[in-house]
Amino acid sequence: MAFTTIVGAARALRDGSVTSVGLAEQVLQRTSMVEAQLHAYLTLDSDGLMEAAARADEELAAGSDRGPLHGIPIAVKDNMTTRHMETTAGSRILSGYVPPYDATAIRRLRDAGALIAGKTNLDEFAMGSSTENSAFGPTRNPWNTDRVPGGSSGGSAAAVAAGMALGGLGSDTGGSIRQPASLCGVVGAKPTYGAVSRYGLIAFASSLDQIGPIAHRVEDAALLLDAISGHDPLDSTSYPGGIEPSGARLGGGLDGVRVGVARRLGGADAVEPDVEAAFDRALAAMEGAGAVTLEVDLPSTEQGLSAYYLIAPAECSANLARFDGVRYGLRVDGATTEQMMSRSRADGFGPEVTRRVLLGTFALSAGYHEAFYGQAQKVRTLIREDFARAYRQCDVLVSPTSATTAFPLGDRTEDPLSMYVSDVFTIPSNLAGHPAISVPVGLDRHDLPIGFQVMAPALEEAVMFQVAAAVESLAGFDTTVPFDPSYGLRGGVR
Amino acid sequence: MAIEIDISHVARLARLELSDRQLDTYGRQCRELLEHVARIQAVDTEGVEPTSHPLPMTNRFREDRITPETVLGHEEVLAQAPDTEGPFFRVPPAIEEA
Repeated sequence: MAFTTIVGAARALRDGSVTSVGLAEQVLQRTSMVEAQLHAYLTLDSDGLMEAAARADEELAAGSDRGPLHGIPIAVKDNMTTRHMETTAGSRILSGYVPPYDATAIRRLRDAGALIAGKTNLDEFAMGSSTENSAFGPTRNPWNTDRVPGGSSGGSAAAVAAGMALGGLGSDTGGSIRQPASLCGVVGAKPTYGAVSRYGLIAFASSLDQIGPIAHRVEDAALLLDAISGHDPLDSTSYPGGIEPSGARLGGGLDGVRVGVARRLGGADAVEPDVEAAFDRALAAMEGAGAVTLEVDLPSTEQGLSAYYLIAPAECSANLARFDGVRYGLRVDGATTEQMMSRSRADGFGPEVTRRVLLGTFALSAGYHEAFYGQAQKVRTLIREDFARAYRQCDVLVSPTSATTAFPLGDRTEDPLSMYVSDVFTIPSNLAGHPAISVPVGLDRHDLPIGFQVMAPALEEAVMFQVAAAVESLAGFDTTVPFDPSYGLRGGVR
Repeated sequence: MAIEIDISHVARLARLELSDRQLDTYGRQCRELLEHVARIQAVDTEGVEPTSHPLPMTNRFREDRITPETVLGHEEVLAQAPDTEGPFFRVPPAIEEA
């Protein structure tokens, strides 16, 4: 029998019905079956995984139990540094880069006993919504290999969905955990800004980036988040106060919970009818379970996409200045330092990253800074005020995660703006710094998964997970379909 | 709002050596994107404070001391460099000869 959940595997490890080595073998066997078609991993560390699994078994046998992640194989997005394991951020400019240190989130996973199975594919430097912007080729959706897995954490979402790891880490700047989780039929959560240390996360947009979990079950995601969150002196934006454990209120149900329905969040239009129908079914089920729903309007979030596409490129242009061919990464020779840097960067960055660096450099340049970046940061305040008003009436907000289900490869690569609108429902939470989670609730007419987003005020992860777990249980969605070997992997409409 | 971008100047600022054809394409795409996002300028933000951190936090400074857990030796620091000389990173001339 295959293990699909962390909680299930953890229980079996302790009652002796499986070993960590057995879990690692399961994951590697599944990977060998599907990886050629999916390309979820950039680095698969089979040997390291087997060794770490053997050590985890020895520890458990010796009575040293590190907790629920002990001996569990996890897939990590390749924009988090892993000591002595290649870390590329999906970019040619970092091809072959082997970091000398672990990101804090990675170190905490290891301390909790988790095993790093490998590093997963992503849009270059996490810029994209389909994983097609990876310099190392796209990842495909396990539910339908003609479709994208979403992005930018598409590799982690696909790996978890297809059983190539029992859980994963992604990073979310404008929806890069939640949108791929939605498109791949798994759970994905973006924590409150500052809840998880960004030390060792290769920076894209520093005021928006957060690391978070991807898993088959809401309770698994809560376990992963609780293992990696908490104050870190190595990240000056890390939240120093205590946060209630994410999983503290699982099983709390929906009775009396006030749910704000943000149907047009971010100015969303053109929501696919099947997505809207699945969303409404989930809402009705929530009402049946005692939730009180009311429609809410967050008008300033209509400016979210515009604010995001000024703030994110501006911060990215500053952050990516460090890739200059001097200390690590690709170098292309030039007669002067400046020429060497300019050639290394032009060769090392793909088109989407180049476009955003140019856009951000312009938006920050003399004479435009206040009109663009400054104005966007003020609009961000208006968006936070909209959320604050909504949360005076409700405990959580809900919306679809993505207006569409997984789209075909190549569908949105020609027109940057068509790709950018993929994130219209997810961007507002990043701008506000609030936590948000995507839970799968159904399939569309093409058998592609549909995600349901639950948002909560800053630091209210426990309430968010409580509601998400209730939605999950009401929807009864089977996330493990792509696990079944008889399901096979093929494209087209089934 | 019509936006003029001197794209070759921007590329120089960003240290990106691009071909004329690339400059044309990126210049057009950046202009289109900026024209789209520039509608943000119509929003009334009179008296609105910009967001710097979503939580009520100010800069947090740690004590000024060496943190051995984050200090790397020369060898490790230089291991990933494309070119080195002794304990230094090596680059082409930064200042043109007179």
